[in-house]
Amino acid sequence: MTKQIERHAIVVVGGGPAGLAAAIAAYEAGEHDVIILERDTKLGGILNQCIHNGFGLHTFKEELTGPEYAARYEQRANELCIERRLGTMVVDISADRVVTAVSAEAGITRMQAGAVVLAMGCRERPRGGLATPGYRPAGIFSAGTAQRLVNIEGQLPGREVVILGSGDIGLIMARRMTLEGAHVACVAEIMPYSGGLKRNIVQCLDDFGIPLLLSHTVVDIEGRDRVEAVTIAEVDDHLRPIPGTEVRYPCDTLMLSVGLLPENELSREAGVEISPVTRGPVVDESLQTSIPGVFACGNVLHVHDLVDYVSEEASAAGAQAARFVTEGFEAKGSRGIPVTATDGVRYTVPSFIDPSRMDKLLTVRFRVANEYRDRYVSVYLDDERIQHRKKRVMAPGEMEQVVLKRSDLEARPNLANITIKLEEE
Amino acid sequence: MATEIRELICINCPLGCPLTVTLEDGEVTSVSGNTCPRGDAYGRKEVTNPRRTVTTTVPVDGSATEHMVSVKTATDIPKGKIFDVVSELAGVRAKAPIAIGDVVLANVAGTGVDVIATKSA
Repeated sequence: MTKQIERHAIVVVGGGPAGLAAAIAAYEAGEHDVIILERDTKLGGILNQCIHNGFGLHTFKEELTGPEYAARYEQRANELCIERRLGTMVVDISADRVVTAVSAEAGITRMQAGAVVLAMGCRERPRGGLATPGYRPAGIFSAGTAQRLVNIEGQLPGREVVILGSGDIGLIMARRMTLEGAHVACVAEIMPYSGGLKRNIVQCLDDFGIPLLLSHTVVDIEGRDRVEAVTIAEVDDHLRPIPGTEVRYPCDTLMLSVGLLPENELSREAGVEISPVTRGPVVDESLQTSIPGVFACGNVLHVHDLVDYVSEEASAAGAQAARFVTEGFEAKGSRGIPVTATDGVRYTVPSFIDPSRMDKLLTVRFRVANEYRDRYVSVYLDDERIQHRKKRVMAPGEMEQVVLKRSDLEARPNLANITIKLEEE
Repeated sequence: MATEIRELICINCPLGCPLTVTLEDGEVTSVSGNTCPRGDAYGRKEVTNPRRTVTTTVPVDGSATEHMVSVKTATDIPKGKIFDVVSELAGVRAKAPIAIGDVVLANVAGTGVDVIATKSA
């Protein structure tokens, strides 16, 4: 028996910080038929297990923990009576915006959406994505799994810990495990720079005397049933272990914090164009993907360091989705003026800008390819440099941004390209 | 007069501004590199009386949804007291219902600072 298809103006896929902010913004923009589909039994997403502080300074001008930050948005969604279905997992999105979801209560539900907001977040890069030798004993955790075990389940994953990868979750977990009475021997990072925020190196490693070994990686894992030791070696410029530098660390736990990957299985199935650099959808100034009426925001679009920026971006996506539903977007031959990322700029979000659709000011976010000191971030409209700003330090672990003015773009009707790059002077 | 210059990373927010704190005879005379007033305050405190907010969890009894409730010190506490705070919390259990902001342990480790819930359960 086939149930009748439901209709909703806006379907938001995911009830984490991005989905919540998008749904609220869509509602506040005047489109009240908004529904959030969330596979977990509660809203808030990963913030529920991020019990550390540092969230919300930009959004709320105060320092909150993850659960507190999520609660603010959840409360707002409750005030607006935004419909949400928990325990409901989206299994398919079609190119004509039919969203199929499953839940224990309702079985399979199909919804025709006026607009879809993708807000599925990201996943941790698993061990299988790394060429780490050895058996597959117990005691190897991704940092986020360990974080869930400690902060949600109240279980300590181990007592003697080595962490591979210096992503923020790994750094946060180094401190968390230490506070829970475990000993963290070191954090090994294969790259010559940290993948996490500087503040986390200060307050999670330096505060507790935990060494950060840059240009080091795990070359051996001992133990058949449970991890017994790992061996760490220095790597050369080509990231190859240098013989003779091996140090053995007896331990019962190896934690991996080796990167996050936007979770775009649904987007890919729908036919959304995915960037090979961000692994998220290629979007325009409205955060619209290559499929009209399908928008993306938060960590499914590109991995953020700061939830405040996720909320900001998601609010924009939600408001644009509402605009798409109420006013419609005029169909155009092209997606807008391409934004080129080059000379140390790895990517930009958005990748296309249509000046007629952009707000007065548009934030373009990007990451750099390496660690840089005293470089200029430059914006070119065709061959004309219109922005040139010096940054003391830039690193791949920290997202950067430039703000473009609509008036600058509109003043150049034949503008063919926007370029964002780093320059030495 | 002894001038000392300390290079710090502000930990107030994820921007992580690089700070330069100048001290004359142990007194802070200037903070630069910060992009907001919190950075200035952090720079001054960090070189004289470093403080941290402690976040952790305690078990919660009687909640239908949660095993643990996350907590924090209501304000920052002296950095040297971090482990005193967590060891005093080691025996504490919260009782549901509990709301964000509820005091879980008053005056933790003699700091004069309360530990409060950051999650409802």
